[in-house]
Amino acid sequence: MNSAARSKSSGTAKSNVADAVAPRFHVGDRVTVRAAYPIGHVRTPSYVRGKHGVIERLCGTYPNPEELAYARPGLPKLPLYRVRFLQRDVWPDYTGQPADVVEVEIYQHWLETEGQAR
Amino acid sequence: MGGLPAGAIERTEHDYALWEKRVDALMMLLSSKDRRLLSVDELRRNIESLGADAYDKMTYYERWIYAITQTLIQRGVITVDELGRKIKVVRDREEQRG
Amino acid sequence: MSHEHEHAKEPLHVHRNPPRPDQDDTLTYYRAMEAAVRELLIDKGVITAEDVRRQVEDLDGRNAGRGAQMVARAWLDPAYKERMLADGAEAAEEIGFDVGPLKLIVVENTPGVHNVIVCTLCSCYPRMLLGLPPDWYKSRNYRSRVVREPRRVLAEFGTVIPDDVQIRVHDSTADMRYLVAPMRPEGTENWSEAELARLVTRDSMIGVALADRASR
Repeated sequence: MNSAARSKSSGTAKSNVADAVAPRFHVGDRVTVRAAYPIGHVRTPSYVRGKHGVIERLCGTYPNPEELAYARPGLPKLPLYRVRFLQRDVWPDYTGQPADVVEVEIYQHWLETEGQAR
Repeated sequence: MGGLPAGAIERTEHDYALWEKRVDALMMLLSSKDRRLLSVDELRRNIESLGADAYDKMTYYERWIYAITQTLIQRGVITVDELGRKIKVVRDREEQRG
Repeated sequence: MSHEHEHAKEPLHVHRNPPRPDQDDTLTYYRAMEAAVRELLIDKGVITAEDVRRQVEDLDGRNAGRGAQMVARAWLDPAYKERMLADGAEAAEEIGFDVGPLKLIVVENTPGVHNVIVCTLCSCYPRMLLGLPPDWYKSRNYRSRVVREPRRVLAEFGTVIPDDVQIRVHDSTADMRYLVAPMRPEGTENWSEAELARLVTRDSMIGVALADRASR
């Protein structure tokens, strides 16, 4: 690779790795949050794991906080979605109104198409 | 923490002490774009590793200065030895002030 | 202060509350740690004492006034409101508020929707626009309960949301920060932006209260 081409590429080891994972989901998609419980730094709240919701928006792609927590770069960036859950789907004993919702930002790798997550 | 059983929300507020504002200042300065000596993610991870009863035993800014210090040690910005010596200097100085 | 028919008002610029006991007279372990770390970093040239002083001064000067001004402007200017709802950070910068790398989402209360903000995982808060968060926002009790029983928590704050209004709880789990734009109170026709901003309380921008009522 000549120096001009090298200066255009994003680096040496990184040059063949995509900067960001492509988004899988679209606004309106019904998704389920994986019910996984690893140790480590996780930004998916426990109360939505295993629950189903709807993609409200794609917030963008960001480095993975699970990796940033250990001073690693967290690449490739991951799509982050705002997911809207009906409260009555999250809390079995919810005492508010049926239309009430909770909205949470969740990274793509924690989401599955509804019906596919175990 | 969402959804766990919990009690009445106390509405008291306290003015922040100077040392607490300085903890906040350190966090802002060290995580700034031109220094990037720690990230909020590392701070959060270090606070989480304190365990749930840290919320009973430590105040908000005590947890954050713990996390800042731990992160700086992890990153190699300060050493445990330097920290121990400087804490002693600080405490001796305070003691001399009476 | 009665909570049944009046939500708490808090003046934005007055420090009313004493520091916690033992804050400034005994040197606890963690206070010593803060001083030690700060001094080590200054010794190493990572920061200067002036950096710290300026940052503290900046913090002292910041209260909920910035957020209030954005909301008041949005009440007066529908085009600004649309821009604010589309991109909160840019709308803040339009007024001259540097929010840094903050990604700000402003959510609007309407006759059919009431929004409330929490960070269940830590205590994320739009500090650049509201200043430092109140103790209760960071408390375990608020963070546990508002996501699960928002109507009850709001009622404890003196804010009763009718059954036909949807409550949306926003848990800021990632790098987005949220601000609630409360509804404009009645009886404020012809008010200036500054007068309107005084009605927009910090608690109304968190969502545990409505904007203050017009009293003149």
